[in-house]
Amino acid sequence: MSASTFLIRGGTLVGTNGSRRADVLVVDGRIEEVSASMDGPSGATVLDASGCIVGPGLVDLHTHLREPGREEAETIHSASHAAAVGGYTAVVAMPNTEPACDDASVVADVLARARGAACDVAVAGAITVGREGRLLAPMAEMAALGVVIFTDDGNGVQDGDLMRRALEYAKGLGVTCAQHCEDSVIAAGGVMHEGAWSSRLGLRGQPGLAEEAMVARDLGLVALTGASMHFLHLSVPAAVRLVAAARKRGLAVTCEVAPHHLALTDAACSAYDPTFKVNPPLRPADWVDELVELLREGAFDAVATDHAPHPPEAKDLPFDDAPPGMLGLQHAVGITVEALGGVGRLDPVSLFGLLSRRPAAIARLRDHDPRPGGQSAQGGDLSAGSAANLCVIDLESPLEVTPASIASRSSNSPYLGRTLPVTVRHTILRGVPTVRDGIPAW
Amino acid sequence: MSPSDTLLGRNLLAIGDLSRAGIVEVLEVAEAFAEVSRRAVPKVPTLRGKLVASLFFEESTRTRLSFETAARRLSADVLSFSVSTSSVKKGESLRDTIETVEAMGADALVVRHRASGAPQQIARFVSHPRVINGGDGWHEHPSQALLDAFTVREAICAARELEPEGSGASIFDGLRVLIVGDIRHSRVARSEICCYRALGASVTLCAPGTLLPRDAESWGVSIAPVIEDALAESDVVSLLRLQTERGSGESVPSLAEFTATFGLTERRAALLKPEAVITHPGPMIRGVEVASRVADRANALVTRQVRNGVAVRMAILYLSLGGEPALVGAAA
Repeated sequence: MSASTFLIRGGTLVGTNGSRRADVLVVDGRIEEVSASMDGPSGATVLDASGCIVGPGLVDLHTHLREPGREEAETIHSASHAAAVGGYTAVVAMPNTEPACDDASVVADVLARARGAACDVAVAGAITVGREGRLLAPMAEMAALGVVIFTDDGNGVQDGDLMRRALEYAKGLGVTCAQHCEDSVIAAGGVMHEGAWSSRLGLRGQPGLAEEAMVARDLGLVALTGASMHFLHLSVPAAVRLVAAARKRGLAVTCEVAPHHLALTDAACSAYDPTFKVNPPLRPADWVDELVELLREGAFDAVATDHAPHPPEAKDLPFDDAPPGMLGLQHAVGITVEALGGVGRLDPVSLFGLLSRRPAAIARLRDHDPRPGGQSAQGGDLSAGSAANLCVIDLESPLEVTPASIASRSSNSPYLGRTLPVTVRHTILRGVPTVRDGIPAW
Repeated sequence: MSPSDTLLGRNLLAIGDLSRAGIVEVLEVAEAFAEVSRRAVPKVPTLRGKLVASLFFEESTRTRLSFETAARRLSADVLSFSVSTSSVKKGESLRDTIETVEAMGADALVVRHRASGAPQQIARFVSHPRVINGGDGWHEHPSQALLDAFTVREAICAARELEPEGSGASIFDGLRVLIVGDIRHSRVARSEICCYRALGASVTLCAPGTLLPRDAESWGVSIAPVIEDALAESDVVSLLRLQTERGSGESVPSLAEFTATFGLTERRAALLKPEAVITHPGPMIRGVEVASRVADRANALVTRQVRNGVAVRMAILYLSLGGEPALVGAAA
C-alpha cells in the first residue's frame, strides 16, 4: 500500500446537489472510492472526519500574495500556509505585485516560485501595463501561460473606452476581465465609507456610488461587447442588485463578496485603527445586513478573501496614510458559515458552492489534470477518479482567533479576539494533507 | 468609553471624553489660572519637574505658542518638536518618533497632526504620558472649544453682571449658538458642537451645502437654510475660516461669492441681537468670513479668546497631569 493512501472516515460528504454520510479513500492524489462506510486497505492513514463536513478544497479568487516585491508582508509560501490552514487548496494571485504581473515573464516567475507551495497558485494578469490604466497589457502572451482572469485590482480601469477595448480583446482570447469597481473621481480619495461615521471622525469618506457607478458602466460595456466579466469584492447592495439583474438578462457576469464586508461595519473605524482600513471600505450596518441577505438569496457567485497582508509598520501609520487591506484566507470559511446562518442553519452545498465550486469554475480550475507538483482539478464533485483536493470542516469546534494562530507573515487580521463557529480540521492537496487535525504539515 | 466627569489624570483626545461636569471642571480651574495670568509674575510652580512635549506634526503658530506658554507658566519644562526640523522628515515612523519622546521622559504630549485620529493612535503607542489633542485633521480641536466656551461664559456673565467663577454651565442652558462657514473640514466645529451641546446650548449650523458635513442632522444640531434669520436668533456666532488648505477652496466658486452668501458683513451683523457675541478661532481672514469693522466690534471676542487660551490650556495640562481641582487655589 502506498504511503499516500488516506481514508477520510466518519464525515458528511458534500456533493454538488446534496450531502450524505460517506467515507472517502484517497490513493495517489485521486479519490479512489467513496462509500457509506469502509475500513479501507490496511496501511491507509485514517483521517477522522466525525462531526465534519467533507467538501472540495476551497478556492480563493482574490489573494494578494505580495511576492514579488513585498516579501516583508507575505511570500507565496507564507500565504499558501495561511490558505491551507483556512481550508484552501488553490488561490488566484492578484497582479498588483512589484513589478506588476503584466507580462509573461512575471507570470512565469510567479508560477515558478509557487512550486512546492501549500496550495495551487493560479495567476491573474493585469489588464493594463503597470496597472496604470493607459495601455493594454500583453494579454495574449499571458493567456498562453494559462492566465484566464485579468484585472488591475487595487485600481479600477477608469477610462471607459480603454475598458471597452480590454473586454473586446479578452473576448477574442476567451478570457475574463475582473474589475475593482471604484470610480476614482467620485471616490475622491476617501479613506473610509462616506456616512455618519466618516463625518463624525473627520475622515474623508467615499460614497457607495463610487462602486455602483463603475458597476453600471461596466454592465453596459459587457452588453455592448458581449464579453464576460467578473466583479470583484462588491460591497454596495445596490451594485450587487445591478449585477444580479444583468445576469438574469443573460449577460455573462459573475460577482464576489469579501468576508469582511459580511462581518464588519464602518463603526469598526471609530478608534482610527488602520487594521480596519480596506478598499472597498467597510460599510454601514444596514448595508452589511443587506449583503448577508443577498448572499443567502444567491446573488453572489463566490466569497473571495481579498487577503491583503501588510507589515506592522504600515498599519502603525495614521489612518489617512496606512495602506488599505486585511488578512482573510484563514478565517473566510468561519465568517461565511456565520453569514449563512451559523452551523445550525448551514446549507453545506451553498457553503462549498461559494467557497470552492463556483470560484473554481470562474477561474477555470475544474478541468486540470492532476500532475505531480503541478496544478490539479479544483472544486470537483468528489466522485471516484477525481482529483483529491479536499477540505474537512469541523462543525463542532469553534475557533478562537488569537495572534499566535495567524499563519500569514503579517498579522493585520480584523478578527483577532473573535470566536468563529467552525474549524478546518484537514486540508488535502493532491491527495496529501497540508493540514491534518488542525496541524500544518510544514 | 463614556464621558468622564473629570479630566484628572486623563488624556484629552476629543470633547466627548468629558461630560458636562468634566467640561465645567476645566472652566472653573481655568478661572483660577486666569487670575494667575493677571499677576505681575504670571507663573506658578505647579508642574515643576514635569516635561511637556509639544509635538506639532502640522504647522501651527497660535495653538503651539499658547500651549507652550501655558506649560511654562506652570513651571513645566517644554520639549518642542516641529516636523520641519525633525527626523520625521528623514522617514522616521510616527510610532518611533513617539516612543523616542516618551523615552526622554515626557509626561504630557500635546499633539497636532494633519491626520484625523493621530492622537488616538499615539495614545495607544505610549504608556506613561498623557496625550492632549492640539488639533487633528478634520476631527477635533478640544482645547479650542473649551477656550471658546470659557470666553463666551466670561462675556455673557459680564453682560449679566454675574461672577463667571462658580457659575457652572448655567448660562449655557437655552443659549443659541450659530456656527457659520466651513464646517465639513473643521475640527473646531466638531469640538464646539460637542462642547456647546454638552453644556446645554442648542447649536445651529449654516454653510453652503458643500461645506456641511454629511449626516450632520444626526449630530443633534439644526441646519439653518437662511443665514439672516439664524443670525437674528443667535446668542453666540462662531465664525470659521475657509480651510482652503484642506480642500474647501474647491467647495465654493470663489471667496467673494462665499462672502456674499455667508460672510458676516456689516449689513448682516446689524441683524444680531445687541448682546450677541462673535467668536473666531483664528487666523481670521478679514473681508472673507467677517468684515473688518465687525471683527473690531466690542462683542467680537477674538482677542479675548487668544488671551483665555493660555489659562484654559494651563487648566488642561494641570488636570491631565493629575493636579487636584480642589488644590488649584493653593497651586495658583
